[in-house]
Parts: sequence; structure tokens; C-alpha cells
Amino acid sequence: MTTIFKNRLFWPALILVVMLGINAFTSNQFITIKDGHLFGSLIDILRGSAPLILVALGMTLVIATGGIDLSVGSVMAISGAVACLLISDLDNQNSLSGVFIAIGAAILVSLAAGLWNGTLVAVVGIQPIIATLILMVAGRGLAQLFTEGQIINVQSGPYSALASGFFLTLPIALLIAAAAVGLTVLLTRRTALGLLLESVGGSPTASRLAGIGARRITIMTYVVAGAFAGLAGLIASADIKSADSISAGNLIELDAILAVVIGGTALIGGRFSIIGTVLGAVIIQTLRVTVVAIGIPAEANLLFKSVVVVALCLSQSPEFRAKVFGRFKSRPAAEKVGVPA
Amino acid sequence: MGEQSPVLEMTGIRKVFPGVVALDGVDFRLFPGEVHALMGENGAGKSTLIKTLTGVYEIDGGEIKLGGVPVRISGPLQAQQAGVSTVYQEVNLCTNLSVAENIFIGREPRRFGKIQWGKMRRRAAELLARLDLDLDVSAPLSSYSLAIQQMVAIARAIDIEARVLILDEPTSSLDTAEVAQLFRIMRRLKESGVAILFVSHFLDQIYEISDRLTILRNGQLISEHRVEELTQVQLVEKMIGKELAALEDLEDKAQSNRERAAEAKPILEAKGLGRTGAIAPYNLTIHQGEVVGLAGLLGSGRTELARLLFGADKADSGELWVDGKKTTLRDPQAAMKHRIAFSSENRRTEGIIGELSVRENIILALQAARGWTRPIPRKKQDEIVDKYIKALQIRPADPERPVRNLSGGNQQKVLLARWLITEPRLLIIDEPTRGIDVGAKAEIQRLVAELSDGGMAVLFVSAELEEVLRLSHKIAVLRDRRLVEELENTADVDADRIMQTIASGATS
Repeated sequence: MTTIFKNRLFWPALILVVMLGINAFTSNQFITIKDGHLFGSLIDILRGSAPLILVALGMTLVIATGGIDLSVGSVMAISGAVACLLISDLDNQNSLSGVFIAIGAAILVSLAAGLWNGTLVAVVGIQPIIATLILMVAGRGLAQLFTEGQIINVQSGPYSALASGFFLTLPIALLIAAAAVGLTVLLTRRTALGLLLESVGGSPTASRLAGIGARRITIMTYVVAGAFAGLAGLIASADIKSADSISAGNLIELDAILAVVIGGTALIGGRFSIIGTVLGAVIIQTLRVTVVAIGIPAEANLLFKSVVVVALCLSQSPEFRAKVFGRFKSRPAAEKVGVPA
Repeated sequence: MGEQSPVLEMTGIRKVFPGVVALDGVDFRLFPGEVHALMGENGAGKSTLIKTLTGVYEIDGGEIKLGGVPVRISGPLQAQQAGVSTVYQEVNLCTNLSVAENIFIGREPRRFGKIQWGKMRRRAAELLARLDLDLDVSAPLSSYSLAIQQMVAIARAIDIEARVLILDEPTSSLDTAEVAQLFRIMRRLKESGVAILFVSHFLDQIYEISDRLTILRNGQLISEHRVEELTQVQLVEKMIGKELAALEDLEDKAQSNRERAAEAKPILEAKGLGRTGAIAPYNLTIHQGEVVGLAGLLGSGRTELARLLFGADKADSGELWVDGKKTTLRDPQAAMKHRIAFSSENRRTEGIIGELSVRENIILALQAARGWTRPIPRKKQDEIVDKYIKALQIRPADPERPVRNLSGGNQQKVLLARWLITEPRLLIIDEPTRGIDVGAKAEIQRLVAELSDGGMAVLFVSAELEEVLRLSHKIAVLRDRRLVEELENTADVDADRIMQTIASGATS
């Protein structure tokens, strides 16, 4: 029992369950089956959190190396713009092959954006926060150039299905996110990539001297972050059936960083937790929905959200828990101070 | 002195970490005006005892009295206020700040809330003058050598009106002249009534400066002695808890080992290899099964020379030949392809990854060499790691413990294990025995001898001449970032001979 309490993710998970409980109580349909697929506010929450999960996944890997990627929102905008632009040029917007080509092109552009970030950080040596700030600002401008400042509307069934379609009773968006999570877990924990990532994040110098190609690994994380942001951008734009270069993915980088932190990955890099990040992303989306569900006035939304976030972060701090609950006192002192005994 | 009452009295100190009793009922006394050496192997509990005194750890049992009054030290600030100052083994200063800022950080002279920079600089300069140091106090600390940084740390410690000054391995990165200077300062402080707790692995230094010593082993108090009561051999026996015969053994082994095969093939040849500002172009050949020692003072270019052979730094002149073929080592990965391994002198910043476990640290280099797509199966990892934890006696023997919680000597063994499992043909080890106790030192030396017997070439870098002389077949002497002499380690070569070269820079 105590091991459950001591798990770092216990309190965030508890908060999530409480919030989901509130939703189950206030919404008239939490989870049911309708028209042959799952339906209800729980499914809405999960579907809605897909873009954030994708972006936060990439962010986790980047943060594990001690970096940060501020450009994910702009990459989402670029990716949506490229896809919608190509689809709107099609004679038949419902053409499956045409939509696939558009999606492929958008992902390619996102990969290139990630490569750009990674090169600036790992080869040129610019600090990650500055290096990705460049694309954060320029990327959105680029997307606006592509769309000539217009909102591009598309009427494409296959494209819309990315966000609102169902497959095997489950939302396609959720399946995409789940596949990305599975792929990332496989990639980092079934290969040695996770260890090497954590090593680079823990100490780049020591890693280099241990023969780790730190540069290549760092670039790879930014490329993955770019690809996942691109996917998220496609889902977001398919959801509104248009490319809106100004508001697509706006400020999502902050939510993604928050999801990573709630998930227990430290911003200085090193040890990371994919499952923690997913939990963090779902919490943020649930919070967004719950705020509306329990009727908090729109102008108080942000304040309410920040209160919950502060509570979440405090619940993760062993020092704070020790102060509030006396029984957590016997924490290992050696772990508190990061010095050799 | 015996009549005096102790300034510090610790009784029955107990400290428990999850799974380990680090200190078990340890008593320790410290009298004003004495230098008291705390002795013990790595992991004996020296650092833990010191940390309970400096407020880094809270004790789980026992009592601490300062000046006869029971105190509870709950943090470094309280320790300082109680008159306990510490200079740690690894310099804990901010190298990006100026010398004066480092000395006065946290207690800058202020007036109306504003820092009085002029006064601060003046007082810093005065303080350093007392230590015979003439530094530019407004220059960043990073512009001075590690030795000077150490002195600055001491200056900071003694300015905090210390009654008890703890020096944890202060000499491990100092050269002879600097050690003498430090001892001068310690004697002066002693005369003024400061009690000094001194930790060092150099027995000669202990005997030169200390009045009394306390010996710990496995977290327990063994005994307390006046220094003159105990010979060095007796001391070491008490520290490691077994007889020294094993150590003597090594000496004979190394002697016989020096008769190596004459027809051994060269593994690596440096021809005019150099790097501007780091090391002047040098020639050096290393043969199979040969131990080459690098001798020279701190900052003489030993490390810089070694780094070029591993591709840690890029050479900008000369050629490197591996197995008779000309090669360029662009990075460590390239060197590792030739099965060259390098263990850095900076354990903490260039060696271990503190957050990762012992197991992960050990397999890191091998895993890096295999590439990320070919993970070492977990069962195999456990096998390898278990084997090396046993072989090198890494303590505590827990592969899943974060490596930063191990003592310095055990971290060093983890790093050796990391490289040994890659089965290198040339192992470059930079200061592997620095800050390590006698027992572990002997183990590492024996290991080097065994490895070279087995055909591995070793480039052994050490500030300790005795050690270099004991292990090496061939010794390269450096001075002022230049390889000045290369000599066969024959019977007539001794420390004096090498010291002469270091001092005069004779080129033959």
C-alpha cells in the first residue's frame, strides 16, 4: 500500500480520477455506445487530448537530453497549412491518394523543421531555448506565407476522419496518439536509445567520452519532436476542417512542457517517463473540459487552471508532502542531496 | 592538550541509509589547536561523518556537542553559525564569479542593503595575503588553477570565524609546493586555536601534519591514536582490517612484470602529435602489454597528451599511427573502434552519470559501441555487472543504486569496469587513484599489472611518482606542456631522477 502512495505519479493520477469523476457526474453521457462506436465525454476528452499527447511525447525526448522545443506550435501550423493547401488544390478533395500525399508532404516538412532545430542545437551549438525560438516565430510566419494570410478551408471526408473518424469503435485521433506512444516506448525502452538519451541529458561531456554520439542522438530527438508536432497539427486542422496559421497550436508548447513536468521528467534532463507525460497530457485536457463542465466562469478559467497546476506540482514534491503528511517523513536522505556519500 | 576540554565531541553517532548502516555508534573528539586526521577506506564512513557535522545529513542517533553544549545541526548554515567550516574534496565554488565574490558569497559586506564592492575586494585581498596568495580578486575564479581555487575555498572557510575547520581531501589536486603552502597555513591556524579535521589518502602527509588520528572501518569506530603511537603499516592494517602482505605482493609482481616481451608489436605511435595551447608536438610509442607512465607536475600537459590519443580533443599537428596504419581520431567513437579506452581524471564531470544506476554506468561504453539498435539483453547486463562488482569489490554491491551515492573510490571502480568490459587493447587511465584510499589504490594498481600481463597496453597518468615508478615499463616525463624525456624504467631510475627532469627540463 505504501509503495502506491510513494509512487511519484500517485497524486497526479488521483487528481485525474477525481476530475474524471466530476465529469461523469455532470455530463449526462460519460461513456456509452452509439452508432456502433464509443461515445461520451470520456471519449471526447481522450480524443481531444490526442494532439497534446503527441506534442508532449516529442517534448519529453527533447527535455530528456536537457533541451527544450518551443517551436512545436508553429510546426503544427506549418503542417496543417501544407496539408490543407495541397488538399484544396485537388480536383476531388475526397480522393484518398490525394489526401495521403498531402499528409505525407506535411510530415516531411515537419521532419525538416525538426532537423533544422536539431542542427541549430547540436551542430551550431545554440542554446535550445533560443534555437527553437527562431522557428517558433519564423515558423508561424512561414505558415502564413504558405496560406497567403488566409484561412484555408477544406471539404475532405478522409482528411476530417483524422480528427472525427472512428476505427474499431475508437476515435482515429486517439489511435494515432496511442500508436505514437507505443512506438516511443518501444523505441526508447526496447532499444538502448532510452539509456543513451538519459545519459546525454545527465552529462553531455561524460557521455561523449563514453563514446556516445551525443550529437546524433540530440538531433534525432528534435526530428521526432518535429514529426509528432506535425501529426498533431494535422489532427488539429482536420478537426476544424481548415488551416488557421495564426491560432493552430498556439501556446501548446507551454501545455506540453507542463505535461512533461507533471509526468515527473525534470527540465534539466536525464531520467524521463513516457507514461508520466501521457498522464500529464490527459490531465491538462481533462482540466480544460472540467472547467467548462462545472460552470466556472470563462474569465476565471485560467486562474482555476493555474491553481490546479500548482497543487499538482506541490503534490510531486517530497519536501512538501513531508510537511503536510507527517508519515512521509522517512524519505531517504541520500536521494535528497545529490552528492556522493 | 589532554587536559583541555574538546571543542567538538560526537558520541554514538548513527546514520542509516536505506539498506545501509553508514555510521554505527561512532565517537569522535576534536581538541582546539590540533590537526586530527580521520582515516578509513572508501565507504568507511568518513564523508558521512563529516556530512553529519556540516549539516548535510541529520543524524539518526547519538549526540553532537560543540564547546560542551549539545547542538542539533540541521543545515550548512547552522553549521557555519556554530563555527564549523568545511572545504570539500571537490571544490564547491562558483567558477564564473570573481575570487572576491566567491569568498564573500552569502555574507557580502553591505551598507543600506547595497553591497560594498570596494570593501569586499579589499578584505578579500587581505585575507588571501594572509595565505601568501597574491591574486586579482576581481578576476573570475575560473581563470585560476584548481589548486588556487582550493586555496580560495580555504580562505573562505577560515574567514567564517571557524572554531572547527574540516578539510576533506584538500591536497588531492595540489602539487608538492602547494601542499607545503597549505601545511604552512594549517600550522598557523592551529596556533591560533582552530581545531582542524583533516582527511587525506596520502599517509606521508597525515604523518607530517597531524597530531592525532581516528580510524573508521565499515561505519564503525576502530580506534583513536596519537600519531607517534602508530606506524604507517599498523595504520593501514587497522584501516583495511587485514595484513599488509597482500600489498607487498604487488611490489614483487610489478618487478617481474617489467621484464616484458621485447618483440611486442606497437599498438599506437604518435609522431609529432600536438595541439596548440595544450601540448607541444610529441613522439610516443606504446606497445602491446606495455605500461607507459606519464609523470609531471599538475598542469604539465599529462592529461592533454592523453586526450589526443583518445580523440577527446583533436590534434592540430602531427600524425597518429594505430597498428601501423595512419589514422585520425576525430572523436572518442573513432578511438573506441580501435579499442582504445580512456578514463578521465574528472570522475564527477567527465566520468560518471550521477543520476544513472551503477549497472547503467558500467554498460554505458559497451552499449555506445554496439549502437542504440542493439541493446545488451538485461540478463547479460546483470551477469557482466555482477561479475565486475565482485571482481573490483564495488561497494555497496547494489547494481541499481544511483552511482552518485557511491564514494569516490567506488565510482572510480565503476568507471574502470565500464572500460574493462569493452575489452580495450589500450587503456588510458588518468589519475585513477586520486582521492582513493590505500586498499583500493593497491587493488587498482594490481589490476593494471594484471591487465598488462594479459597483453593490454596501459597509459597510466598519475601525479604520484611512486605509483608511476612501481607500475610502468617506460616513463614519459612532461614539463610545461612538453614531453621532455622518455626513459626505460630500469633499476637505476628512481623518483629523484625523474624529479630532476621535471625540475630542470633536461632533454636527452
